[in-house]
Amino acid sequence: MSPTPTPSGLQRKDRWSAGVTPYAEMGYYDADYVPRDTDVLAAFRIVPQPGVDPIEAAAAVAGESSTATWTVVWTDRLTDHRHYQAKAYRVDPVPGTDQFIARIAYDIDLFEEGSIANMSSSIIGNVFGFKALRSLRLEDLRIPPHYVKTFQGPAHGIVMERELLDKFGRPLLGATVKPKLGLSAKNYGRVVYEALRGGLDFTKDDENINSQPFMRWRDRFGYAIEAVEKASAASGEIKGHYMNVTAGTMEEMYERAEYAKELGSIIVMIDLTIGFTAMQSMAKWARRNGVILHLHRAGHSTYTRQKTHGVSFRVISKWCRLIGVDHIHAGTVVGKLEGDPSTTKGFYDTLRENRIPEDPRYGIFFDQDWASMPGVMPVASGGIHAGQMHQLLHYLGEDVVLQFGGGTIGHPMGIAAGATANRVAVEAMIQARNEGRDYFQEGPDILERAAKGCPELDAALQVWKDITFDFESTDTPDVTLVPSVGY
Amino acid sequence: MRITQGTFSFLPDLTDEQIEAQLRYALSHGWAISIEHTDDPHPRNSYWELWGLPVFDTKVEDVDNVMREVRAAREAFPEHYVKVIAYDPSYTRQTTALAFIVNRPSVERPFTLDRIQGPGRVHRHRLVQPAPQANGRVDARGVHVDGKAADGA
Repeated sequence: MSPTPTPSGLQRKDRWSAGVTPYAEMGYYDADYVPRDTDVLAAFRIVPQPGVDPIEAAAAVAGESSTATWTVVWTDRLTDHRHYQAKAYRVDPVPGTDQFIARIAYDIDLFEEGSIANMSSSIIGNVFGFKALRSLRLEDLRIPPHYVKTFQGPAHGIVMERELLDKFGRPLLGATVKPKLGLSAKNYGRVVYEALRGGLDFTKDDENINSQPFMRWRDRFGYAIEAVEKASAASGEIKGHYMNVTAGTMEEMYERAEYAKELGSIIVMIDLTIGFTAMQSMAKWARRNGVILHLHRAGHSTYTRQKTHGVSFRVISKWCRLIGVDHIHAGTVVGKLEGDPSTTKGFYDTLRENRIPEDPRYGIFFDQDWASMPGVMPVASGGIHAGQMHQLLHYLGEDVVLQFGGGTIGHPMGIAAGATANRVAVEAMIQARNEGRDYFQEGPDILERAAKGCPELDAALQVWKDITFDFESTDTPDVTLVPSVGY
Repeated sequence: MRITQGTFSFLPDLTDEQIEAQLRYALSHGWAISIEHTDDPHPRNSYWELWGLPVFDTKVEDVDNVMREVRAAREAFPEHYVKVIAYDPSYTRQTTALAFIVNRPSVERPFTLDRIQGPGRVHRHRLVQPAPQANGRVDARGVHVDGKAADGA
């Protein structure tokens, strides 16, 4: 990186003479630049080191994420360098903090068509270790339709998934098999069968269930598909189990996915830890083979959670929509994992809607037009239960998979009873909403009424009614619509 | 056996009043309403028989007209599954928004699993719904001719 010279430190030198020229002077900051419709736009949250000019810091980020290196190189003059330079065009202080939001424009020529590996290497590849910055966070990207159209997008998308499942008008329901480690294949299949016959639509392998000594993948797949089919026969419904095909190599993942397909599984699963390129390969496989693709965002909190460091999950959401997964875990608001309501709404809109307008209340920095690319089904998982159904429907809407792991398997009357409780709760809540009830306010009453005809729901409400996870969020928008809600 | 396809199958069967409330919700969104019926509720049967064409452009105030069709379909096929489908034609959705069963046969025939064993412990499964028993013949409307329900449930 360039040591940022103070005005007195260096004499202003010619742009092209050898040595170090401030990034801003080299053209990486241009307040007059008007972004083109085809540009990729980025919003970075920057905290400069003490004494570093925020504009120079923003220009440095633009420089190092595009053409610059720490010193002047004459070979720049063999190119149309202005065209390839990223331009920081706006730097705004965040009131009451030492942070700045820098907006940077990248010409579409800087990126390879259809490659998230390339887009991410360009934009976040080198800049995060910059000494002149105390911290850096990529908050949002505007990906122009011209670039969007070079990606496959979701293998199926929300509409096709619902038609495939023949399930409409309500959130889908799932559960992660627990305990996540240690069950033998046959015992594992038992949990799948009970949860599905009780009323769930999906069960799921957890992110770290791959192929361990206590249960190899092939054995798990065999028992799980028997459980799925038996539950389908018992209910007359399409059911599925997300078979996690995550493995150490692409070859092994393809082998596992092919076997899941041969068995008739409608869905397979991958973890975010396999990397963007592996995810894109699996998305192509899923489209080619007619198998829904579920993504667990394993590891994301290492870089998405802290407000001044890393990459926001709304950027990960955009990349995953382009990559082409059909499902992605995107937060619960009310459960055990991080999730401010407004920020989470921003993620859900980003995944599901076709056009998302700039709105600082939801952490959205740019208009995003998906150019009719199908939506990704968000998945809400982690510490949720039937007693929160009115809140879940209010915050997350209808196109979502609600996953009740403990909230199904931990039911006092058994796994199937836990599943039934969740299904009755969601159907009762949808019915009440459609009838025009104020279901958010009257939720507890609606659930209690439904529980009168359903001992399974009654028991669930008794066990979990007072369980909430009321902690302050770290990842919140700068502008608040309402105070961060406690419930 | 209770087939649990549709949005509300885990609730007690909807009363006419409750069905009407759901229709109002659908009409207030400008969704088209279709009524479909079948005696083959296999989950992979995507095409139930249409009860006439879907109705478009119906106002909430005219919910009675749709309700009349629901009743007529049920009366014509009392031993069939009948479902109401609300279809959202808006851009980027263009699919079913709500679908729920409004009539079931008096006895629901259970599905069984055919297991086809292959090498390497590969079992393939086929979902089948046995035909009604010989003494449980049904006429064109799906009504059991001798009044006896088929075994099962």
